[in-house]
Amino acid sequence: MKYIDEFNDPELARRLLDEIRATVTRPWALMEVCGGQTHSIIRHGIDQLLPDEVELIHGPGCPVCVTPLDVIDKALEIAARPEVVFCSFGDMLRVPGTGRDLFRVKGEGGDVRVVYSPLDAVDLARKHPDRQVVFFAIGFETTAPANAMAVHQARRLGLANFSLLVSHVRVPPAIEAIMTAPACRVQGFLAAGHVCSVMGTAEYPDLAERHRVPVVVTGFEPLDILEGIRRAVHQLERGEHRVENAYPRAVRDRGNPAAVRMIEEVFEVTDRNWRGIGRIPDSGWRLTDAFRDFDAEHRFDVTGIRTEEPAACRAGEVLQGLIKPTDCAAFGTSCTPRTPLGATMVSSEGACAAYYLYRRMTDSPAPVSSAQEMNPVG
Amino acid sequence: MCLAVPGKVVSIDHRADPLTGLIDFGGVRKQACLEYLPDVRVGEYVIVHVGFALQRLDEESARASLELFGQLGLLEEEFGDAWEQAARQESGSETR
Amino acid sequence: MADLATASTAAAVDPANWTCPAPLRDQPVVVMGHGGGGALSAELIDQVFAPAYGNPTLAALTDSAVLGLGGARLAFSTDSHVVRPLFFPGGSLGDLAVNGTVNDLAMSGARPTHLSAAFILEEGVELAVLERVARAMGAAAEAAGVTIATGDTKVVESGHGDGVYVTTAGVGLVPEGVDIRPQRARPGDAVIVSGPIGLHGVAVLSVREGLEFGVGITSDTAPLADLVAAMLAVTPDLHVLRDPTRGGLGAALNEIARASGTGVRLRERAVPVPDEVANACGFLGLDPLYVANEGRLVAFVPAEHAEAVLAAMRAHPQGTGAALIGECVADHPGMVVVATGLGGTRVLDLPLGEQLPRIC
Repeated sequence: MKYIDEFNDPELARRLLDEIRATVTRPWALMEVCGGQTHSIIRHGIDQLLPDEVELIHGPGCPVCVTPLDVIDKALEIAARPEVVFCSFGDMLRVPGTGRDLFRVKGEGGDVRVVYSPLDAVDLARKHPDRQVVFFAIGFETTAPANAMAVHQARRLGLANFSLLVSHVRVPPAIEAIMTAPACRVQGFLAAGHVCSVMGTAEYPDLAERHRVPVVVTGFEPLDILEGIRRAVHQLERGEHRVENAYPRAVRDRGNPAAVRMIEEVFEVTDRNWRGIGRIPDSGWRLTDAFRDFDAEHRFDVTGIRTEEPAACRAGEVLQGLIKPTDCAAFGTSCTPRTPLGATMVSSEGACAAYYLYRRMTDSPAPVSSAQEMNPVG
Repeated sequence: MCLAVPGKVVSIDHRADPLTGLIDFGGVRKQACLEYLPDVRVGEYVIVHVGFALQRLDEESARASLELFGQLGLLEEEFGDAWEQAARQESGSETR
Repeated sequence: MADLATASTAAAVDPANWTCPAPLRDQPVVVMGHGGGGALSAELIDQVFAPAYGNPTLAALTDSAVLGLGGARLAFSTDSHVVRPLFFPGGSLGDLAVNGTVNDLAMSGARPTHLSAAFILEEGVELAVLERVARAMGAAAEAAGVTIATGDTKVVESGHGDGVYVTTAGVGLVPEGVDIRPQRARPGDAVIVSGPIGLHGVAVLSVREGLEFGVGITSDTAPLADLVAAMLAVTPDLHVLRDPTRGGLGAALNEIARASGTGVRLRERAVPVPDEVANACGFLGLDPLYVANEGRLVAFVPAEHAEAVLAAMRAHPQGTGAALIGECVADHPGMVVVATGLGGTRVLDLPLGEQLPRIC
């Protein structure tokens, strides 16, 4: 596939790695903000190929991971109602709420459906006027234009049986929160490429300047990630802190103005809770008053649901790079991928689950020997 | 966040509301909403997330990036600072 | 995370707990994942079926049981088939019902001979639909060289089934000197897959309601007993055969690694993944290594026979795309480790249940 295969080239990856090795002189801690980047890093084993000086901290950019417990509980409550068709992106179904997940609600008779696009949920509302169709509108800036379009369409079509359960989050306030944490270890950011495809890069120079931290807009293929790391390390070694675009094929400085206009028409900025992290001011979006009729929280009167995180889970500190997963007492004992306490243990790319798998491999009786003998690329 | 993949616009249904097109993801074809790239043309590559085309892919930028990666390690000896070279390439490629 | 391997060792982690499956109490109802062929399916066996009627034959957890009967060794297997939609590019429920059981028998090295077919029909299903399924079964049985020797039919009320469910059971004879089971994987064995992976799963997903996409590939559903016979003609000493159906290659290799206490190392670049499968997985966020196949097998073969077996497979119509994809090792017992195209490694874990499209 064009634009993917070329950016997976092992020879060019080797050159980028050589360049990073040649540039780095001391330890640096970089955070890749986006869960998609974390996925790619784990999937390709990029973290093991980097020089020891470069540490990657997996950031809070997985919408599934940071959706707060009380919103999941609201979703479970709504999805269990007999009149509701509850539509969600697939990866939300396994995230545990209090005592159960959406799979369980489905198992108990709830009509829970995985859809590919929020417009598919709008179609369902059109086809089933006798049912209440609710879409679980989670995501970062990348997903907001799609969810905004869905509710915009629903209003135009006069679909009184469609609503959104909104838990939208924004990247820049999360970076701000991470940088102002007292024990912050992050020295450079790989910003999320597809967020910037929508929003552009204008929100980042101020963050880079105030916190004196390089921000490199980075893509998702292996070469994109290595290039983001190379540029961030280059800046750090020189004592610079600029915003750079290392993903120019998909990111324009101005983003996508049509998409931003739609977001601004449908959503307004609000404070949001992030699972495991807590409240971050201005870090989310909610429906504006003009679209309040389409807000599932009001329609189903679940605004009163308030739940607390399990006290043992330290996912928030992990997501901020303050501790390693192995520093958490629950890690590998009461918290495993099979029985996750927090969302970072849910998906195999979650920071805790990734650690869990690697610890199992490296602690097994005979340690894995060099990958190189198996693979001519290494 | 945000699994978004490149695909080629195969056809555009101008009567659809919202504006819709058929996108080819290397042999896999799926409809996507084109409302956020209203002037996109058949044959162009776009990046698609949850059924929405969010941005055009710029061929020139992609080519410049790959060329830069290919020259890493060579640049320092032959042209001086790899970094300046990279910066020049990037500014040259920012066409939109 | 450059220092992943040397991460803090001071934390109170009890390695003995790490692979311990969680008790079923946190899933008091059956969820879809219990049928996904992954960790949840394994829990169901461990916690419900084994305690209720466990015995040494069942404990082998092979695709088919091998029984000593009247001096012969009989392979015996059963498989229920549910698929939505009933007809998909390249096949139908009928093909799966025959090939699934034929292949489970073949994975013991048996020559399948007879099947049974039990139908659960939903009230209101058109007879024309049932006829299509039945005809597909007849054709598939003929192609596989088996006889459908007995059967049964039950009808459930409208709304209590997905149209047609089929359960088949089958028997076949295991040739003298053949002992194929997951426990026999040995460090040094070559790991071979019989052809391109992921075709069935992607073909079915492409017509799944709500997800439809256009793709020019068809299911790989096919009987594999003849291919296995061709492999056994090279050497009766094949160690393990498995058809990577639900849970894909990833689940099959993990099951073998766990059953044999060996590790598996996979070379990602050597695994044949058709472009359409890779690209469909790309836009859905799935891993092709976990996508279902219905006409492929993975074989653990002693290294000295690997080349000859591979050649025999490639000469057979069901194995033209066969490839050497990795090896069995003594390291990291019970785990499958993938060497990525870039030269890194990643752990390929047993999937929990069904793969879900992801957005991040």
